[in-house]
Amino acid sequence: MFNRYNWIAAGSIYRKEVVRFMRIWVQTLVPPAITMSLYFVVFGSLIGKRIGDMGGFNYMDYIVPGLIMMSVITNSYANVASSFFSSKFQRHVEELLVAPVPNGFILMAYVAGGVTRGILVGLLVTVVSLFFTDMEIHHLGIIVLVVVLTAILFSLGGMINAIFAKKFDDISIIPTFVLTPLTYLGGVFYSINLIPEFWQKVSLANPILYMINAFRYGFLGISDIDVVTALGLIGGFIVLLTGFNLYLLNKGIGLRS
Amino acid sequence: MLALDIKGLKKTYKNGFEALNGIDLQVKQGDFFGLLGPNGAGKSTTIGIITSLVTKTGGTVSVFEHDIDKSLSEAKRCIGLVPQEFNFNLFEKAIDIVVSQAGYYGVPRKKAQERAEYYLQKLGLWDKRNERSRFLSGGMKRRLMIARALAHDPKLLILDEPTAGVDIELRRSLWGVLEEINQQGTTIILTTHYLEEAESLCRNIAIIDNGDIIQNTSTKALLAELDSETFVFDIDPVAVYYPKLDGVQHRYVNDHTLEVDVRREDDLNQLFVQFSANDIHVKSMRNKANRLEELFVRLVGQPVPGVKVGGEHV
Ligand SMILES: Nc1ncnc2c1ncn2[C@@H]1O[C@H](COP(=O)(O)OP(=O)(O)OP(=O)(O)O)[C@@H](O)[C@H]1O
Ligand SMILES: [Mg+2]
Repeated sequence: MFNRYNWIAAGSIYRKEVVRFMRIWVQTLVPPAITMSLYFVVFGSLIGKRIGDMGGFNYMDYIVPGLIMMSVITNSYANVASSFFSSKFQRHVEELLVAPVPNGFILMAYVAGGVTRGILVGLLVTVVSLFFTDMEIHHLGIIVLVVVLTAILFSLGGMINAIFAKKFDDISIIPTFVLTPLTYLGGVFYSINLIPEFWQKVSLANPILYMINAFRYGFLGISDIDVVTALGLIGGFIVLLTGFNLYLLNKGIGLRS
Repeated sequence: MLALDIKGLKKTYKNGFEALNGIDLQVKQGDFFGLLGPNGAGKSTTIGIITSLVTKTGGTVSVFEHDIDKSLSEAKRCIGLVPQEFNFNLFEKAIDIVVSQAGYYGVPRKKAQERAEYYLQKLGLWDKRNERSRFLSGGMKRRLMIARALAHDPKLLILDEPTAGVDIELRRSLWGVLEEINQQGTTIILTTHYLEEAESLCRNIAIIDNGDIIQNTSTKALLAELDSETFVFDIDPVAVYYPKLDGVQHRYVNDHTLEVDVRREDDLNQLFVQFSANDIHVKSMRNKANRLEELFVRLVGQPVPGVKVGGEHV
Protein backbone atom coordinates (compact mmCIF):
# COMPACT_ATOMS: atom_id res chain seq x y z
CA MET A 1 0.00 0.00 0.00
CA PHE A 2 2.69 2.45 0.97
CA ASN A 3 5.22 1.49 -1.62
CA ARG A 4 7.02 4.04 -3.73
CA TYR A 5 5.27 2.99 -6.94
CA ASN A 6 1.90 4.17 -5.70
CA TRP A 7 3.21 7.60 -4.83
CA ILE A 8 4.87 7.97 -8.21
CA ALA A 9 1.60 6.94 -9.85
CA ALA A 10 -0.43 9.40 -7.77
CA GLY A 11 2.14 12.09 -8.57
CA SER A 12 1.74 11.45 -12.30
CA ILE A 13 -2.03 11.72 -12.10
CA TYR A 14 -1.84 14.87 -10.01
CA ARG A 15 0.62 16.45 -12.40
CA LYS A 16 -1.67 15.65 -15.32
CA GLU A 17 -4.60 17.19 -13.47
CA VAL A 18 -2.75 20.45 -12.83
CA VAL A 19 -1.44 20.60 -16.38
CA ARG A 20 -5.00 20.12 -17.60
CA PHE A 21 -6.61 23.04 -15.80
CA MET A 22 -3.62 25.28 -16.37
CA ARG A 23 -3.74 24.57 -20.10
CA ILE A 24 -7.36 25.69 -20.24
CA TRP A 25 -6.91 28.55 -17.77
CA VAL A 26 -9.23 30.76 -19.79
CA GLN A 27 -12.04 28.36 -18.94
CA THR A 28 -10.94 27.42 -15.46
CA LEU A 29 -9.28 30.39 -13.79
CA VAL A 30 -10.53 33.53 -15.50
CA PRO A 31 -14.34 33.10 -15.31
CA PRO A 32 -14.53 32.87 -11.51
CA ALA A 33 -12.33 35.95 -11.17
CA ILE A 34 -14.63 37.89 -13.50
CA THR A 35 -17.87 36.67 -11.90
CA MET A 36 -16.64 37.47 -8.44
CA SER A 37 -15.47 40.94 -9.50
CA LEU A 38 -19.01 41.56 -10.71
CA TYR A 39 -20.40 40.45 -7.36
CA PHE A 40 -18.01 42.79 -5.62
CA VAL A 41 -18.97 45.72 -7.84
CA VAL A 42 -22.73 45.16 -7.84
CA PHE A 43 -23.48 43.80 -4.40
CA GLY A 44 -20.54 45.17 -2.50
CA SER A 45 -19.95 48.64 -3.89
CA LEU A 46 -23.25 49.67 -5.48
CA ILE A 47 -26.03 47.98 -3.53
CA GLY A 48 -23.94 47.30 -0.44
CA LYS A 49 -23.75 50.99 0.42
CA ARG A 50 -27.53 51.09 0.78
CA ILE A 51 -27.70 47.87 2.78
CA GLY A 52 -25.46 49.23 5.46
CA ASP A 53 -23.99 46.90 8.08
CA MET A 54 -24.31 43.14 8.34
CA GLY A 55 -23.21 41.40 11.51
CA GLY A 56 -21.45 44.57 12.58
CA PHE A 57 -19.35 44.87 9.43
CA ASN A 58 -19.89 46.82 6.27
CA TYR A 59 -21.64 44.71 3.66
CA MET A 60 -18.67 44.36 1.35
CA ASP A 61 -16.49 42.95 4.09
CA TYR A 62 -19.28 40.62 5.11
CA ILE A 63 -19.78 39.01 1.72
CA VAL A 64 -16.13 38.68 0.64
CA PRO A 65 -15.42 35.46 2.62
CA GLY A 66 -18.63 33.86 1.37
CA LEU A 67 -17.82 34.71 -2.23
CA ILE A 68 -14.31 33.33 -1.94
CA MET A 69 -15.73 30.15 -0.47
CA MET A 70 -18.33 29.95 -3.22
CA SER A 71 -15.64 29.97 -5.88
CA VAL A 72 -13.58 27.38 -4.03
CA ILE A 73 -16.60 25.08 -3.79
CA THR A 74 -17.63 25.46 -7.43
CA ASN A 75 -14.15 25.07 -8.83
CA SER A 76 -12.94 22.12 -6.84
CA TYR A 77 -16.16 20.30 -7.63
CA ALA A 78 -16.10 21.19 -11.32
CA ASN A 79 -12.47 20.25 -11.74
CA VAL A 80 -12.81 16.68 -10.57
CA ALA A 81 -16.25 16.18 -12.09
CA SER A 82 -15.30 17.31 -15.57
CA SER A 83 -11.80 15.88 -15.63
CA PHE A 84 -12.76 12.43 -14.41
CA PHE A 85 -15.90 12.32 -16.50
CA SER A 86 -14.07 13.27 -19.66
CA SER A 87 -11.48 10.59 -18.93
CA LYS A 88 -14.37 8.14 -18.93
CA PHE A 89 -15.90 9.70 -22.00
CA GLN A 90 -12.68 9.68 -24.03
CA ARG A 91 -11.84 6.34 -22.42
CA HIS A 92 -8.36 7.29 -21.29
CA VAL A 93 -9.46 6.31 -17.79
CA GLU A 94 -8.47 2.87 -19.13
CA GLU A 95 -4.86 4.00 -18.88
CA LEU A 96 -5.40 4.08 -15.12
CA LEU A 97 -7.56 1.00 -14.89
CA VAL A 98 -4.99 -1.29 -16.50
CA ALA A 99 -2.18 0.08 -14.34
CA PRO A 100 -1.47 -1.19 -10.83
CA VAL A 101 -2.55 2.02 -9.07
CA PRO A 102 -4.73 1.38 -6.00
CA ASN A 103 -8.06 3.17 -6.14
CA GLY A 104 -7.23 5.12 -2.99
CA PHE A 105 -4.29 6.71 -4.78
CA ILE A 106 -6.32 7.52 -7.87
CA LEU A 107 -8.90 9.20 -5.66
CA MET A 108 -6.25 11.06 -3.70
CA ALA A 109 -4.61 12.40 -6.85
CA TYR A 110 -7.86 13.61 -8.41
CA VAL A 111 -8.92 15.22 -5.13
CA ALA A 112 -5.52 16.91 -4.84
CA GLY A 113 -6.06 18.28 -8.35
CA GLY A 114 -9.48 19.64 -7.40
CA VAL A 115 -8.13 21.17 -4.20
CA THR A 116 -5.31 22.84 -6.09
CA ARG A 117 -7.66 24.46 -8.57
CA GLY A 118 -10.16 25.41 -5.85
CA ILE A 119 -7.52 27.10 -3.76
CA LEU A 120 -5.85 28.75 -6.72
CA VAL A 121 -9.16 30.29 -7.75
CA GLY A 122 -9.82 31.21 -4.13
CA LEU A 123 -6.51 33.08 -4.01
CA LEU A 124 -7.28 34.81 -7.28
CA VAL A 125 -10.66 35.97 -6.00
CA THR A 126 -9.02 37.09 -2.78
CA VAL A 127 -6.56 39.20 -4.72
CA VAL A 128 -9.42 40.73 -6.74
CA SER A 129 -11.32 41.49 -3.53
CA LEU A 130 -8.36 43.52 -2.28
CA PHE A 131 -9.26 46.14 -4.89
CA PHE A 132 -12.59 46.62 -3.15
CA THR A 133 -11.84 46.17 0.51
CA ASP A 134 -9.07 45.85 3.05
CA MET A 135 -8.91 42.26 4.14
CA GLU A 136 -9.05 41.60 7.85
CA ILE A 137 -7.64 38.38 9.16
CA HIS A 138 -8.90 37.20 12.51
CA HIS A 139 -7.49 33.68 12.53
CA LEU A 140 -5.36 32.51 9.64
CA GLY A 141 -5.24 28.90 10.84
CA ILE A 142 -9.03 28.59 10.67
CA ILE A 143 -9.11 30.15 7.22
CA VAL A 144 -6.58 27.69 5.82
CA LEU A 145 -8.11 24.68 7.57
CA VAL A 146 -11.65 25.45 6.45
CA VAL A 147 -10.72 26.20 2.88
CA VAL A 148 -8.62 23.06 2.48
CA LEU A 149 -11.22 20.78 4.07
CA THR A 150 -14.02 22.31 2.02
CA ALA A 151 -12.06 21.93 -1.19
CA ILE A 152 -11.38 18.28 -0.32
CA LEU A 153 -15.04 17.67 0.42
CA PHE A 154 -16.29 19.13 -2.84
CA SER A 155 -13.60 17.43 -4.88
CA LEU A 156 -14.86 14.16 -3.42
CA GLY A 157 -18.38 15.19 -4.37
CA GLY A 158 -17.27 15.97 -7.92
CA MET A 159 -15.72 12.52 -8.17
CA ILE A 160 -18.95 10.78 -7.18
CA ASN A 161 -20.80 12.87 -9.73
CA ALA A 162 -18.31 11.90 -12.44
CA ILE A 163 -18.50 8.21 -11.56
CA PHE A 164 -22.26 8.16 -12.00
CA ALA A 165 -22.39 10.52 -14.98
CA LYS A 166 -23.21 8.99 -18.35
CA LYS A 167 -23.27 12.19 -20.41
CA PHE A 168 -21.93 15.70 -20.09
CA ASP A 169 -25.28 17.04 -18.86
CA ASP A 170 -25.00 14.81 -15.83
CA ILE A 171 -22.06 16.74 -14.47
CA SER A 172 -23.86 20.08 -14.60
CA ILE A 173 -27.12 18.95 -13.00
CA ILE A 174 -25.84 18.74 -9.42
CA PRO A 175 -23.96 22.08 -9.55
CA THR A 176 -26.99 23.82 -11.03
CA PHE A 177 -29.77 22.30 -9.00
CA VAL A 178 -28.05 21.53 -5.72
CA LEU A 179 -24.77 23.34 -5.16
CA THR A 180 -25.73 26.79 -6.40
CA PRO A 181 -29.00 27.02 -4.43
CA LEU A 182 -27.36 25.68 -1.27
CA THR A 183 -24.54 28.17 -1.63
CA TYR A 184 -26.85 31.16 -2.17
CA LEU A 185 -28.99 30.07 0.77
CA GLY A 186 -25.92 29.20 2.81
CA GLY A 187 -25.35 32.66 4.17
CA VAL A 188 -23.01 34.09 1.57
CA PHE A 189 -25.07 37.27 1.35
CA TYR A 190 -26.82 37.44 4.71
CA SER A 191 -26.69 36.41 8.31
CA ILE A 192 -29.36 33.83 9.10
CA ASN A 193 -30.25 35.90 12.15
CA LEU A 194 -32.11 38.16 9.73
CA ILE A 195 -34.56 35.54 8.58
CA PRO A 196 -37.59 34.08 10.42
CA GLU A 197 -36.82 31.48 13.03
CA PHE A 198 -38.37 28.65 11.07
CA TRP A 199 -36.12 29.33 8.11
CA GLN A 200 -33.14 29.68 10.40
CA LYS A 201 -33.78 26.10 11.55
CA VAL A 202 -34.15 24.92 7.97
CA SER A 203 -30.92 26.68 7.05
CA LEU A 204 -29.09 24.66 9.69
CA ALA A 205 -29.67 21.57 7.56
CA ASN A 206 -27.55 23.16 4.83
CA PRO A 207 -23.95 21.99 5.22
CA ILE A 208 -22.62 24.85 3.14
CA LEU A 209 -23.87 27.31 5.78
CA TYR A 210 -21.39 25.79 8.22
CA MET A 211 -18.46 26.09 5.86
CA ILE A 212 -19.15 29.67 4.90
CA ASN A 213 -19.66 30.75 8.48
CA ALA A 214 -16.55 28.97 9.71
CA PHE A 215 -14.58 30.56 6.89
CA ARG A 216 -16.01 34.00 7.63
CA TYR A 217 -15.06 33.50 11.26
CA GLY A 218 -11.45 33.19 10.18
CA PHE A 219 -11.64 36.63 8.61
CA LEU A 220 -14.06 38.62 10.74
CA GLY A 221 -14.27 36.66 13.98
CA ILE A 222 -18.07 36.34 13.68
CA SER A 223 -20.15 33.31 12.84
CA ASP A 224 -23.81 32.29 12.98
CA ILE A 225 -22.81 28.85 14.14
CA ASP A 226 -20.15 27.18 16.27
CA VAL A 227 -16.87 26.85 14.39
CA VAL A 228 -15.87 23.57 16.01
CA THR A 229 -19.22 22.04 15.05
CA ALA A 230 -18.64 23.23 11.52
CA LEU A 231 -15.18 21.65 11.32
CA GLY A 232 -16.51 18.41 12.78
CA LEU A 233 -19.29 18.38 10.21
CA ILE A 234 -16.95 18.93 7.27
CA GLY A 235 -14.61 16.24 8.60
CA GLY A 236 -17.50 13.82 8.98
CA PHE A 237 -18.68 14.41 5.44
CA ILE A 238 -15.16 13.93 4.12
CA VAL A 239 -14.92 10.52 5.79
CA LEU A 240 -18.33 9.58 4.46
CA LEU A 241 -17.70 10.63 0.86
CA THR A 242 -14.22 9.09 0.81
CA GLY A 243 -15.72 5.79 1.87
CA PHE A 244 -18.45 6.02 -0.73
CA ASN A 245 -15.98 6.91 -3.48
CA LEU A 246 -13.73 3.97 -2.63
CA TYR A 247 -16.73 1.68 -2.61
CA LEU A 248 -17.76 2.86 -6.08
CA LEU A 249 -14.24 2.65 -7.49
CA ASN A 250 -13.63 -0.81 -6.05
CA LYS A 251 -16.91 -2.01 -7.49
CA GLY A 252 -15.93 -0.47 -10.81
CA ILE A 253 -19.29 1.32 -11.08
CA GLY A 254 -19.46 3.12 -14.41
CA LEU A 255 -15.91 2.00 -15.21
CA ARG A 256 -15.80 -1.72 -15.90
CA SER A 257 -18.28 -3.69 -17.99
CA MET B 1 6.54 -20.72 -16.92
CA LEU B 2 3.19 -19.70 -18.31
CA ALA B 3 2.82 -16.07 -19.22
CA LEU B 4 -0.91 -16.56 -19.27
CA ASP B 5 -3.05 -19.29 -17.82
CA ILE B 6 -6.79 -19.07 -18.34
CA LYS B 7 -9.16 -21.73 -17.02
CA GLY B 8 -12.89 -21.98 -17.56
CA LEU B 9 -13.24 -18.28 -18.30
CA LYS B 10 -16.83 -17.13 -18.63
CA LYS B 11 -18.35 -13.79 -19.36
CA THR B 12 -22.00 -12.87 -19.45
CA TYR B 13 -22.54 -9.17 -20.13
CA LYS B 14 -25.14 -7.22 -18.15
CA ASN B 15 -27.60 -7.46 -21.02
CA GLY B 16 -27.46 -11.25 -20.67
CA PHE B 17 -25.23 -11.86 -23.68
CA GLU B 18 -22.83 -14.76 -23.18
CA ALA B 19 -19.58 -13.68 -24.77
CA LEU B 20 -17.34 -16.44 -23.37
CA ASN B 21 -18.55 -19.94 -22.55
CA GLY B 22 -15.71 -21.13 -20.34
CA ILE B 23 -12.51 -20.98 -22.34
CA ASP B 24 -9.10 -22.45 -21.48
CA LEU B 25 -5.97 -20.86 -22.85
CA GLN B 26 -2.30 -21.20 -22.02
CA VAL B 27 0.49 -19.06 -23.38
CA LYS B 28 4.10 -19.91 -22.59
CA GLN B 29 6.64 -17.34 -21.59
CA GLY B 30 8.46 -16.01 -24.65
CA ASP B 31 5.76 -17.11 -27.06
CA PHE B 32 4.35 -15.09 -29.93
CA PHE B 33 0.72 -16.06 -29.73
CA GLY B 34 -2.14 -15.27 -32.07
CA LEU B 35 -5.74 -15.10 -30.93
CA LEU B 36 -7.89 -15.20 -34.02
CA GLY B 37 -11.60 -15.23 -34.63
CA PRO B 38 -14.34 -13.48 -36.56
CA ASN B 39 -15.94 -10.23 -35.42
CA GLY B 40 -17.73 -10.63 -32.11
CA ALA B 41 -16.02 -13.93 -31.29
CA GLY B 42 -14.90 -12.77 -27.86
CA LYS B 43 -11.26 -11.76 -28.42
CA SER B 44 -11.52 -8.28 -26.94
CA THR B 45 -13.66 -9.60 -24.12
CA THR B 46 -10.91 -12.07 -23.23
CA ILE B 47 -8.27 -9.37 -23.38
CA GLY B 48 -10.50 -7.03 -21.37
CA ILE B 49 -10.73 -9.58 -18.58
CA ILE B 50 -6.98 -10.25 -18.55
CA THR B 51 -6.33 -6.52 -18.23
CA SER B 52 -9.16 -5.98 -15.72
CA LEU B 53 -11.17 -3.63 -17.94
CA VAL B 54 -13.96 -6.20 -18.02
CA THR B 55 -15.14 -8.23 -15.03
CA LYS B 56 -15.38 -11.97 -15.48
CA THR B 57 -18.38 -14.07 -14.59
CA GLY B 58 -16.44 -17.27 -13.92
CA GLY B 59 -13.10 -19.02 -14.22
CA THR B 60 -9.56 -18.02 -13.34
CA VAL B 61 -6.84 -15.96 -15.00
CA SER B 62 -3.18 -15.95 -13.99
CA VAL B 63 -0.50 -13.77 -15.50
CA PHE B 64 3.00 -15.04 -14.78
CA GLU B 65 1.48 -17.04 -11.95
CA HIS B 66 -0.23 -14.03 -10.39
CA ASP B 67 -3.92 -14.82 -10.06
CA ILE B 68 -5.89 -11.69 -10.94
CA ASP B 69 -8.29 -12.37 -8.08
CA LYS B 70 -5.56 -12.59 -5.49
CA SER B 71 -2.67 -10.45 -6.68
CA LEU B 72 -4.10 -8.12 -9.28
CA SER B 73 -1.42 -5.44 -8.93
CA GLU B 74 1.39 -7.90 -9.58
CA ALA B 75 -0.48 -9.29 -12.58
CA LYS B 76 -1.14 -5.82 -13.96
CA ARG B 77 2.50 -4.86 -13.59
CA CYS B 78 3.46 -7.65 -16.02
CA ILE B 79 1.11 -6.52 -18.79
CA GLY B 80 1.27 -3.85 -21.45
CA LEU B 81 -1.96 -3.35 -23.38
CA VAL B 82 -2.56 -1.98 -26.86
CA PRO B 83 -6.36 -1.78 -26.99
CA GLN B 84 -8.43 -2.19 -30.12
CA GLU B 85 -9.85 1.33 -30.02
CA PHE B 86 -7.99 4.57 -29.51
CA ASN B 87 -8.30 5.68 -25.94
CA PHE B 88 -6.12 8.73 -25.65
CA ASN B 89 -6.76 12.00 -24.01
CA LEU B 90 -7.19 13.91 -27.27
CA PHE B 91 -5.71 17.07 -25.84
CA GLU B 92 -2.55 15.54 -24.47
CA LYS B 93 0.78 15.54 -26.24
CA ALA B 94 2.17 12.26 -27.51
CA ILE B 95 5.17 12.35 -25.22
CA ASP B 96 3.11 13.21 -22.15
CA ILE B 97 0.82 10.28 -22.83
CA VAL B 98 3.75 7.86 -22.77
CA VAL B 99 5.49 9.47 -19.79
CA SER B 100 2.29 9.55 -17.71
CA GLN B 101 1.52 5.93 -18.47
CA ALA B 102 4.97 4.88 -17.26
CA GLY B 103 4.30 6.96 -14.17
CA TYR B 104 1.10 5.04 -13.43
CA TYR B 105 3.24 1.93 -13.26
CA GLY B 106 5.57 3.58 -10.78
CA VAL B 107 8.41 4.42 -13.17
CA PRO B 108 10.17 7.54 -11.82
CA ARG B 109 9.76 10.55 -14.05
CA LYS B 110 13.30 10.80 -15.36
CA LYS B 111 13.38 7.14 -16.26
CA ALA B 112 9.92 7.46 -17.80
CA GLN B 113 11.14 10.25 -20.04
CA GLU B 114 14.08 8.14 -21.21
CA ARG B 115 11.80 5.21 -21.96
CA ALA B 116 9.36 7.46 -23.79
CA GLU B 117 12.14 8.82 -25.95
CA TYR B 118 13.46 5.33 -26.67
CA TYR B 119 10.10 3.92 -27.74
CA LEU B 120 8.91 6.99 -29.62
CA GLN B 121 12.17 6.89 -31.57
CA LYS B 122 11.79 3.20 -32.21
CA LEU B 123 8.27 3.65 -33.51
CA GLY B 124 9.15 6.66 -35.62
CA LEU B 125 7.12 9.15 -33.60
CA TRP B 126 9.84 11.23 -32.05
CA ASP B 127 9.23 14.10 -34.47
CA LYS B 128 5.59 14.10 -33.43
CA ARG B 129 6.24 14.00 -29.71
CA ASN B 130 4.82 17.45 -29.07
CA GLU B 131 1.74 16.93 -31.22
CA ARG B 132 -1.57 16.59 -29.43
CA SER B 133 -2.85 13.07 -29.94
CA ARG B 134 -5.93 14.14 -31.87
CA PHE B 135 -3.72 15.62 -34.60
CA LEU B 136 -1.97 12.31 -35.25
CA SER B 137 -2.96 10.12 -38.18
CA GLY B 138 -4.57 6.73 -37.59
CA GLY B 139 -1.30 4.87 -38.15
CA MET B 140 0.54 7.22 -35.82
CA LYS B 141 -2.08 6.70 -33.13
CA ARG B 142 -1.62 2.93 -33.41
CA ARG B 143 2.12 3.36 -32.97
CA LEU B 144 1.60 5.70 -30.05
CA MET B 145 -0.54 3.07 -28.36
CA ILE B 146 2.30 0.59 -28.77
CA ALA B 147 4.84 3.01 -27.34
CA ARG B 148 2.50 3.69 -24.42
CA ALA B 149 2.06 -0.02 -23.75
CA LEU B 150 5.82 -0.57 -23.69
CA ALA B 151 6.64 2.37 -21.46
CA HIS B 152 6.93 0.25 -18.31
CA ASP B 153 8.77 -2.63 -20.04
CA PRO B 154 6.05 -5.25 -19.60
CA LYS B 155 6.83 -8.97 -19.66
CA LEU B 156 3.63 -9.64 -21.59
CA LEU B 157 2.52 -7.38 -24.42
CA ILE B 158 -1.09 -7.79 -25.52
CA LEU B 159 -2.10 -6.18 -28.80
CA ASP B 160 -5.72 -6.09 -29.89
CA GLU B 161 -5.62 -5.55 -33.64
CA PRO B 162 -2.52 -3.36 -33.63
CA THR B 163 -2.35 -3.05 -37.39
CA ALA B 164 -6.00 -2.31 -38.20
CA GLY B 165 -6.10 0.48 -40.73
CA VAL B 166 -2.33 0.60 -41.09
CA ASP B 167 -0.79 0.69 -44.57
CA ILE B 168 1.29 -2.23 -45.81
CA GLU B 169 4.65 -0.58 -45.48
CA LEU B 170 4.01 0.52 -41.93
CA ARG B 171 2.47 -2.83 -41.05
CA ARG B 172 5.63 -4.60 -42.11
CA SER B 173 7.79 -2.22 -40.13
CA LEU B 174 5.57 -2.80 -37.08
CA TRP B 175 6.02 -6.54 -37.54
CA GLY B 176 9.75 -5.95 -37.39
CA VAL B 177 9.40 -4.00 -34.16
CA LEU B 178 7.20 -6.68 -32.60
CA GLU B 179 9.54 -9.47 -33.64
CA GLU B 180 12.46 -7.63 -32.13
CA ILE B 181 10.60 -7.10 -28.86
CA ASN B 182 9.65 -10.77 -28.79
CA GLN B 183 13.24 -11.81 -29.45
CA GLN B 184 14.32 -9.74 -26.48
CA GLY B 185 12.13 -11.97 -24.32
CA THR B 186 8.75 -10.24 -24.17
CA THR B 187 5.81 -12.60 -24.57
CA ILE B 188 3.37 -11.29 -27.16
CA ILE B 189 -0.31 -12.02 -27.63
CA LEU B 190 -1.90 -10.51 -30.68
CA THR B 191 -5.29 -10.48 -32.31
CA THR B 192 -5.64 -9.66 -35.94
CA HIS B 193 -7.90 -10.06 -38.91
CA TYR B 194 -4.91 -10.12 -41.24
CA LEU B 195 -4.13 -13.79 -41.33
CA GLU B 196 -0.96 -13.19 -43.25
CA GLU B 197 0.16 -11.29 -40.17
CA ALA B 198 -0.65 -14.17 -37.85
CA GLU B 199 1.03 -16.63 -40.19
CA SER B 200 4.25 -14.73 -40.39
CA LEU B 201 4.49 -13.62 -36.74
CA CYS B 202 2.80 -16.15 -34.48
CA ARG B 203 4.30 -19.43 -33.38
CA ASN B 204 1.08 -20.59 -31.79
CA ILE B 205 -2.49 -19.78 -32.65
CA ALA B 206 -5.87 -20.18 -30.98
CA ILE B 207 -9.06 -19.63 -32.89
CA ILE B 208 -12.07 -18.46 -30.97
CA ASP B 209 -15.59 -18.46 -32.34
CA ASN B 210 -18.82 -17.59 -30.55
CA GLY B 211 -17.13 -17.63 -27.18
CA ASP B 212 -15.46 -21.02 -27.60
CA ILE B 213 -11.90 -21.95 -28.50
CA ILE B 214 -12.21 -24.16 -31.56
CA GLN B 215 -8.50 -24.57 -32.36
CA ASN B 216 -5.40 -24.16 -30.27
CA THR B 217 -2.14 -25.37 -31.72
CA SER B 218 1.08 -24.32 -33.37
CA THR B 219 0.91 -22.34 -36.57
CA LYS B 220 2.79 -25.11 -38.35
CA ALA B 221 0.40 -27.82 -37.21
CA LEU B 222 -2.52 -25.65 -38.15
CA LEU B 223 -1.24 -25.06 -41.65
CA ALA B 224 -0.50 -28.77 -42.02
CA GLU B 225 -4.21 -29.39 -41.63
CA LEU B 226 -4.77 -27.57 -44.83
CA ASP B 227 -4.91 -30.43 -47.30
CA SER B 228 -5.57 -28.42 -50.40
CA GLU B 229 -5.06 -24.94 -51.72
CA THR B 230 -6.91 -23.10 -54.41
CA PHE B 231 -4.84 -21.52 -57.15
CA VAL B 232 -6.16 -18.91 -59.53
CA PHE B 233 -4.76 -18.93 -63.06
CA ASP B 234 -5.06 -15.98 -65.38
CA ILE B 235 -5.15 -17.46 -68.85
CA ASP B 236 -5.50 -16.34 -72.43
CA PRO B 237 -9.23 -16.24 -73.17
CA VAL B 238 -10.44 -19.68 -74.12
CA ALA B 239 -12.19 -19.60 -77.47
CA VAL B 240 -15.06 -21.98 -78.03
CA TYR B 241 -15.15 -24.56 -75.32
CA TYR B 242 -13.83 -24.82 -71.79
CA PRO B 243 -11.27 -27.63 -71.70
CA LYS B 244 -11.87 -30.16 -68.93
CA LEU B 245 -8.93 -31.15 -66.75
CA ASP B 246 -8.51 -34.65 -65.35
CA GLY B 247 -8.16 -35.53 -61.71
CA VAL B 248 -8.51 -32.06 -60.16
CA GLN B 249 -11.43 -29.96 -58.96
CA HIS B 250 -11.56 -26.88 -61.11
CA ARG B 251 -13.90 -24.22 -62.40
CA TYR B 252 -13.80 -21.40 -64.88
CA VAL B 253 -14.69 -18.09 -63.26
CA ASN B 254 -14.89 -16.54 -66.72
CA ASP B 255 -13.22 -17.11 -70.06
CA HIS B 256 -9.85 -15.92 -68.81
CA THR B 257 -9.81 -17.04 -65.16
CA LEU B 258 -9.49 -20.62 -63.98
CA GLU B 259 -9.54 -21.84 -60.39
CA VAL B 260 -7.99 -25.18 -59.46
CA ASP B 261 -8.06 -26.91 -56.08
CA VAL B 262 -4.65 -28.52 -55.70
CA ARG B 263 -4.38 -31.22 -53.04
CA ARG B 264 -1.15 -31.73 -51.20
CA GLU B 265 -0.41 -34.97 -53.05
CA ASP B 266 -1.10 -33.45 -56.47
CA ASP B 267 1.77 -32.72 -58.77
CA LEU B 268 1.74 -29.19 -60.11
CA ASN B 269 3.87 -30.28 -63.08
CA GLN B 270 1.15 -32.71 -64.06
CA LEU B 271 -1.28 -29.83 -64.06
CA PHE B 272 0.88 -27.78 -66.40
CA VAL B 273 1.22 -30.74 -68.71
CA GLN B 274 -2.56 -30.81 -68.93
CA PHE B 275 -2.65 -27.07 -69.58
CA SER B 276 -0.28 -27.48 -72.51
CA ALA B 277 -2.19 -30.45 -73.87
CA ASN B 278 -5.41 -28.43 -73.77
CA ASP B 279 -3.83 -25.35 -75.24
CA ILE B 280 -4.39 -23.31 -72.11
CA HIS B 281 -1.85 -20.49 -71.84
CA VAL B 282 -1.19 -19.38 -68.28
CA LYS B 283 -0.21 -15.72 -67.98
CA SER B 284 0.06 -15.64 -64.20
CA MET B 285 -0.99 -17.56 -61.15
CA ARG B 286 -1.65 -16.83 -57.47
CA ASN B 287 -3.13 -18.30 -54.33
CA LYS B 288 -6.82 -17.58 -54.10
CA ALA B 289 -6.34 -16.79 -50.44
CA ASN B 290 -3.59 -16.79 -47.90
CA ARG B 291 -3.25 -20.36 -46.61
CA LEU B 292 -4.27 -19.55 -43.07
CA GLU B 293 -7.15 -17.57 -44.42
CA GLU B 294 -8.39 -20.53 -46.35
CA LEU B 295 -8.22 -22.70 -43.26
CA PHE B 296 -9.94 -20.05 -41.23
CA VAL B 297 -12.83 -19.86 -43.64
CA ARG B 298 -13.29 -23.60 -43.39
CA LEU B 299 -13.13 -23.65 -39.59
CA VAL B 300 -15.28 -20.66 -38.92
CA GLY B 301 -17.43 -21.01 -41.97
CA GLN B 302 -17.24 -17.44 -43.12
CA PRO B 303 -14.67 -15.24 -44.74
CA VAL B 304 -12.75 -12.91 -42.50
CA PRO B 305 -14.29 -9.49 -42.66
CA GLY B 306 -11.99 -6.73 -43.70
CA VAL B 307 -9.69 -9.04 -45.60
CA LYS B 308 -9.47 -8.73 -49.32
CA VAL B 309 -9.61 -12.20 -50.70
CA GLY B 310 -6.72 -12.89 -53.00
CA GLY B 311 -3.29 -13.34 -51.66
CA GLU B 312 0.28 -13.26 -52.69
CA HIS B 313 1.53 -13.75 -56.21
CA VAL B 314 3.77 -16.73 -56.60
N1 LIG C 1 -20.32 -4.10 -23.07
C1 LIG C 1 -20.95 -5.07 -23.74
N2 LIG C 1 -22.24 -5.37 -23.47
C2 LIG C 1 -22.87 -6.36 -24.11
N3 LIG C 1 -22.32 -7.12 -25.07
C3 LIG C 1 -21.03 -6.88 -25.39
C4 LIG C 1 -20.29 -5.85 -24.75
N4 LIG C 1 -19.06 -5.85 -25.28
C5 LIG C 1 -19.03 -6.83 -26.19
N5 LIG C 1 -20.23 -7.46 -26.27
C6 LIG C 1 -20.57 -8.58 -27.14
O1 LIG C 1 -19.71 -9.66 -26.85
C7 LIG C 1 -19.34 -10.32 -28.06
C8 LIG C 1 -17.84 -10.42 -28.15
O2 LIG C 1 -17.32 -9.11 -28.34
P1 LIG C 1 -15.76 -8.86 -28.47
O3 LIG C 1 -15.58 -7.39 -28.48
O4 LIG C 1 -15.06 -9.63 -27.44
O5 LIG C 1 -15.48 -9.47 -29.91
P2 LIG C 1 -14.14 -9.50 -30.74
O6 LIG C 1 -13.78 -10.93 -30.92
O7 LIG C 1 -13.12 -8.63 -30.13
O8 LIG C 1 -14.63 -8.90 -32.13
P3 LIG C 1 -13.90 -7.89 -33.15
O9 LIG C 1 -13.03 -8.72 -34.00
O10 LIG C 1 -15.03 -7.34 -33.93
O11 LIG C 1 -13.18 -6.88 -32.36
C9 LIG C 1 -19.99 -9.55 -29.19
O12 LIG C 1 -21.14 -10.23 -29.60
C10 LIG C 1 -20.35 -8.23 -28.59
O13 LIG C 1 -21.52 -7.70 -29.16
MG1 LIG D 1 -12.23 -6.95 -30.64
